[in-house]
This record gives sequence, C-alpha cells and structure tokens, in this order.
Amino acid sequence: MNIPEDLKYTEDHEWIRVTDGEVLVGVTDFAQTELGDVVFVEIDQNEDEIAKGDIFGTIEAVKTVSDLFMPISGKIIEINDKLESEPELVNQDPYGEGWMIKVQVTRPEELDELIGSDGYKELIGN
Amino acid sequence: MFTFASTQRRLMELKKTALNQWHHENGAKMVSFAGFDMPVRYTSDIEEHKTVRNGVGIFDVSHMGEFMVRGPKALDLIQWVTSNDASKLFDGKVQYSCLPNDQGGIVDDLLVYRINGQEYMMVVNASNIEKDWNWLNQQNKVGADLEDISDQVSLFAVQGPHARQALQSLTELNLDEMEFYTFQKAKFGDVHDVIISATGYTGAGGFEIYLKNDPAVDLWNKIMEAGKKWDINPIGLGARDTLRLEMGFCLYGNDITDSTSPIEAGLGWITKFTKDFINSAGLRKHKEQGLNRKLVGIKMVDRGIPRPGYDIQNGSGEIIGRITSGTISPMLGVGIGLGYVKTEYKEADTNVYVSIRNKCLLAKVVKIPFYKG
Repeated sequence: MNIPEDLKYTEDHEWIRVTDGEVLVGVTDFAQTELGDVVFVEIDQNEDEIAKGDIFGTIEAVKTVSDLFMPISGKIIEINDKLESEPELVNQDPYGEGWMIKVQVTRPEELDELIGSDGYKELIGN
Repeated sequence: MFTFASTQRRLMELKKTALNQWHHENGAKMVSFAGFDMPVRYTSDIEEHKTVRNGVGIFDVSHMGEFMVRGPKALDLIQWVTSNDASKLFDGKVQYSCLPNDQGGIVDDLLVYRINGQEYMMVVNASNIEKDWNWLNQQNKVGADLEDISDQVSLFAVQGPHARQALQSLTELNLDEMEFYTFQKAKFGDVHDVIISATGYTGAGGFEIYLKNDPAVDLWNKIMEAGKKWDINPIGLGARDTLRLEMGFCLYGNDITDSTSPIEAGLGWITKFTKDFINSAGLRKHKEQGLNRKLVGIKMVDRGIPRPGYDIQNGSGEIIGRITSGTISPMLGVGIGLGYVKTEYKEADTNVYVSIRNKCLLAKVVKIPFYKG
C-alpha cells in the first residue's frame, strides 16, 4: 500500500498536498483499492467557501457511490478536468494524475488537525 | 464518507467456502455476502467482466444453496411450489423457475434439475437458503423427501466463449454436444459424480460444476491449469453482478422480492397456468386484470449511473418508478439498470428521467439484454 510521507490524510481516506496556501486533494491508494474501478468522478459546482467536512463531490465505482468530503475549509479553485474522461486515473495514479481539486485554504489552522502518514497507516491497519 | 468492510470489525462469523483460503492467497478482495466471506474481485471488476465476455473465467459460487427432492412425490411437491412446469423436464434437463409466495410475491428464483423421475435438485440463492428451506418444508404436504445439501456442495461457474475448450481436457464428456440448460453426471478431473451443467448467470455461455467440498480445491486448481492456454482467470462477485445485469437477468433481493410478482418482473415465461401451484389463481387474476407496473431495462442517455432506489420520473417530473439494479455497463460504457415503471412507460424507446443526486438525467426504456455478444 502506497502512503507517501509528505502528504496529510483524513479519516475519510483523502490525501492533501500542501504548497503555499493552496492544497491539492485526492483519494488514497487504499481508497481506490477498496473501491475498485472508478468510473465516474463528479465535483459539485461551487465557488463559495466550503466548510471542512462538507460534501464537494461524488466518486462512483462499478458497484458503489461515495461522497467526497472537504478535508479542510476553503474554496475550490481548480478541478482536475481529466477525470471527466479518464476517471481510471484515480486507480492508476491516485497521488498524481488522479488528483481531484485544488483548494485555496481559508482556515490554515485546520491543517494541523490532519493525520500524518504514520497515523494514516495505523488507521487502515497497515 | 468511505466506510470499508475491511476497516470495520467483523461482527459475525462468516461462512467459508472450500476455496476460501485460495481466494485470500490469490489477492482477492473479500466481502461479506449472504453470510459468506466471498471474493468480490481479484484485480478489477471491469477487466474480470471482459475476461468472461471475451475469454473464460471461473467463479466460486459455492455459497449457493442446493436442496435434494426425492421420492415418488418429488415432482408433485416441485409442481406445487414452483411456477414453471417441471413435468416438461426429462433426465438431465434444467429449468429456470421461481417459488411464488401466497401473497403475490416471490420467495426466491431457482434452477430445478431433474436427475431422474424420483430425484430432483433445486439450486437457490445463498441469501434465501433458510427462508426457502422453511417454506418448502411448510408446503410439503405430499411428503416428498427433502434434504439440504448446501453445506456439502461446492459450485464453480466456468463462463465465457472459451469455457468449452478450457474444460474439455478434464472430461470424456463431449462438452460441444451439451445443449444449453442440460447437465450430465460424469467423471471430471479425477472426481466422480460431478454435475456438469450447461447453465450460467452471465450470458457468456459456459458451465456450472457441482461437486463435493473435499475435492473442490484440487479440481479448481486442475481447471486453472487446464484453462491456462485460454487465459482463464478467477472472477469475483462484482463482475458476476455486472455480467448478469448486462443481460437483464433478475437478482433476487433487488429486482424480484417477496412483494414483486413474477408477471410484473417479466417472468411470465416461467409462470405456467397450465398447472396449479401456490397462488396460481391469484397470479392469473393479477395477469388478467392488467399490471400497474413492469420491470424494464433503463439505459442512460445523459452521463450518469442508475443505482437501486433512485426515482424514475417522466418529463413533467412525476415519479413513475424506481431503479432496482444499476451499474455502468463495462461493455457499453454507459449506465444501465433495471427498474419498475408504471405500465404506460414500459415500451422500448420511451424517454424517462433518472433522479441522480437531485439532477434529472435523461434515459430510455430499452429491450433487454442490454448487450448482445
């Protein structure tokens, strides 16, 4: 199971990569393995601030539908358009080309509440 | 939120098939299904689906239930509890049927095997074994001999256009000569008295193989070895579901239940009013009075995937039905589903809308199967 050390994680199996007040968000390798083939990723149209824990979209695998939750409060400033035609990127490269949204963080203090790679490893029992 | 079975504590002890360890050792993702620890996929649902459509795959479906019905009254009991006409069966013939309840609904759907005139086998859904068993015993006024052999029997489905070639080296039976929905008891691998049945739940052709648990792992490995040059691969229950749905086959618990009638489910073809059976008068009346709803195939026009429980609407936003099964079709690349709609919307090509996360997405009623190989 791939759990990069330079990322932050949530209990909802999302990862967060922090660079200068902006963060990239996606789902973890563990999540994509559990889901199986991802066939549909839908990010809700929303230009307002979305609170941590609120739904920002949906990910569908062959058999399942799951909500996607904001790992941190902020505004979505970019969506990975590639996932519309190639949702399988989430399976193939969950931490790279399978990223989902870029967020402008509005409450940076929440970053400290995220889980580190060791904590996430423990969470999934790895 | 993601909540995954493997991160949750297992609250109940799951049953295991003879192949359980093999599945774990061969990378299967296991899930709880009908009280069994079963493989949902080994690699990818979509890849496994295509393996069966284009090549050959093997499923462990040993969780299914098997009941033996024996004795001079065996046929009488089967005729009473099932909707299809089992008197049409001959030795070595299989029939798809259902067990109607006395309220207009369905206890289960099943296969009926005639081994001989005084010995039949019923193959039922794993999730219904206990319910069916109780129902059969309650209905067994004629005194047929019933035996539940579910825990003693393993069942493999070898499915796909190369299934015959993959299996032929293991038996002296000429598999090419076996007609659809027939079976033979024969030596298979080194195992005696194996039932080889030209049946399946995929629409891809192939065989289902019933044998005792003891030699099951060994025979499974032999099939994997014999099928190697046809690139046989193990297939999980995930692909089993998408394969059956592409064919429009009903799944008990989704598309047919205790409260759906076989007529509205499109199972009129296995409901024979030429004989008396449980609630046959009621079902005949229900058919003659005309149906309120009908199970139909729904194919998405807009991009989206129908899922069980989603509302189906007409152009004015009125709810006219509900999805009972849905997925993306791996072969067609679009959302497909089954659902009940009011009868005026049942004709093929009718525009309907599926309500997916507060959006109404255009779909069409289509004839099943969705996919023709």
